[in-house]
Amino acid sequence: MSQPGPSWDLVADVQLLLQFHFMHNAFGAATLVALLAGAAGYFVVLRGQSFAAHMLSQVGFPGAAGAVLVHVAPVFGLIVFCVVAALGIGWVGRTVDAGHRAESAAVASILAFSLGLGLLFFRLYAGSAAGIYSFLFGTILGISDRDVQLTFVVALLGVAALAIFGRQLVFATVDPDVAEARGVRVRRISIAFLVVLALAVAITVQIVGTLLIFALLVAPAASALQLTARPARALALSIVLSLAFTWLGLALAYFSNLPVGFFITSLAFAVYVAIRAVKGALALRTGKQHIRRAWSAAKA
Amino acid sequence: MRILWGSVAVGNSSAVALEGASVSLGGHLVWRDADLEVAAGEFVAVLGPNGAGKSTLLKALLGVVPLSAGTVRVFGRPVRRGNDEVGYLPQRRRFDPDLRIRALDLVRLGLDGDRLGVPLPSRTKEDRVRRMIELVGASAYAERPIGELSGGEQQRILIAQALVTGARMLMLDEPLESLDLNNQQAISDLIRTICERQGVTVLLVAHDVNPILPFVDRVVYVAGGHVLCGKPEEVIRTETLTRLYGAPVEVLKTSDGRLIVVGQHEPVSYHPVDH
Repeated sequence: MSQPGPSWDLVADVQLLLQFHFMHNAFGAATLVALLAGAAGYFVVLRGQSFAAHMLSQVGFPGAAGAVLVHVAPVFGLIVFCVVAALGIGWVGRTVDAGHRAESAAVASILAFSLGLGLLFFRLYAGSAAGIYSFLFGTILGISDRDVQLTFVVALLGVAALAIFGRQLVFATVDPDVAEARGVRVRRISIAFLVVLALAVAITVQIVGTLLIFALLVAPAASALQLTARPARALALSIVLSLAFTWLGLALAYFSNLPVGFFITSLAFAVYVAIRAVKGALALRTGKQHIRRAWSAAKA
Repeated sequence: MRILWGSVAVGNSSAVALEGASVSLGGHLVWRDADLEVAAGEFVAVLGPNGAGKSTLLKALLGVVPLSAGTVRVFGRPVRRGNDEVGYLPQRRRFDPDLRIRALDLVRLGLDGDRLGVPLPSRTKEDRVRRMIELVGASAYAERPIGELSGGEQQRILIAQALVTGARMLMLDEPLESLDLNNQQAISDLIRTICERQGVTVLLVAHDVNPILPFVDRVVYVAGGHVLCGKPEEVIRTETLTRLYGAPVEVLKTSDGRLIVVGQHEPVSYHPVDH
């Protein structure tokens, strides 16, 4: 399936991109995914819960495989497994995602088991390597109309939930004791966020796969938080970056016929590295200026 | 064994009123039969050994920890979380240096962080936040991420956060801990100024009583399952403190009449803070 290459004519390129129905679906689903992942990502990074996101995505894998096995849309299986896992983590408490020693060994065992279980389910179904491959690394093919509709509902729920309790969540994250005293139900809201995170993971896995989930759930927000410490701006920037990586990644994958997961992760990584490099250089320069000023002051 | 020192404040002006109050945590009795009355505008130091339940006392007054017996009232009403009249500064380590949220945002969260829905820009709220930051002298660094600030700067921001709802009472849990001497002095002076000028009642849990001793109106002592209170000159005495801590403590008088508390196990340098 070799496409005519892109030109400098953007309008023509977009027409090329959207000439097939599967690309409409890919763009529709990916846009919704990027919205929720970008928004949830801000809280993930602020709370230091990258590990929880990773954990949920791996637990989702046998969910997707199991759904295929019983002839249901894989995203259903993802949602069910991820939400159950989120409630489990929430029930055990924050110690798990903080990566404490005893728990982290237990969690690692559970994760390995769940990937193995997913492998078995896929094998039982048809033994198709392509199916596993797309769930591990993401795909732009095979996103059905039903998938897009479900993704729409899930993204809407997730974004709405964050809009409602996002402020309390920030308070509970940066200052849990004061938040508790001010009447925020810190534990309840942590569990609620894990459920939103589970929803975000479940739909994001469709595009970037289980193993590349950080590209959309962590990287855009990490970059945004490097650029600004204002909550509203960081949140907006995280969503914008997430959308940009997704759209560009889809376009590049379409024209090059290479995996979309590669492009989205590369874009996310490149932007993050560039920001850190520029910030580092600036810090070095101001540092040098300070030293120079101190020197001349000392001499005078 | 139950001791009561000094007089208790009476009338409607009381900020805190505990009557026969007991608290159990996880089946373990922390303290019992506490009677305590703090008048509005008083500066009260809460002292006691580690693990005696000083923080629990504050949490009971905040409504975060329920009483197992007795009653507690704050400004004449039953305690509840989210009371705008009460500001709280929990015991804590410093903020994570990588925490990317501005000091200003932290103060704002103190004002409306408990609300649901998307925070909309509000001139009134922004002004209020700015005024509080000015009051504690933190304007110069309010726009910087909280994690980048020094311990003393963070403490000023947290005091602004605690006051921003218009609190009439401040509960501070070890606010001077892990500060250097200059900052201990500066922060205690700030708290005293707020107490005197704004008429804010202060309940301050301290490990090291020396920096605040000159302006404490009353001392609440939590030890051995009891909550006791008295005037500083009655409590801050060698024999009383030695008995309460169960370890030798000496109270010295400086040439200008100030009291200094020295634990004899520790080197006679400024003060031990152990956790």
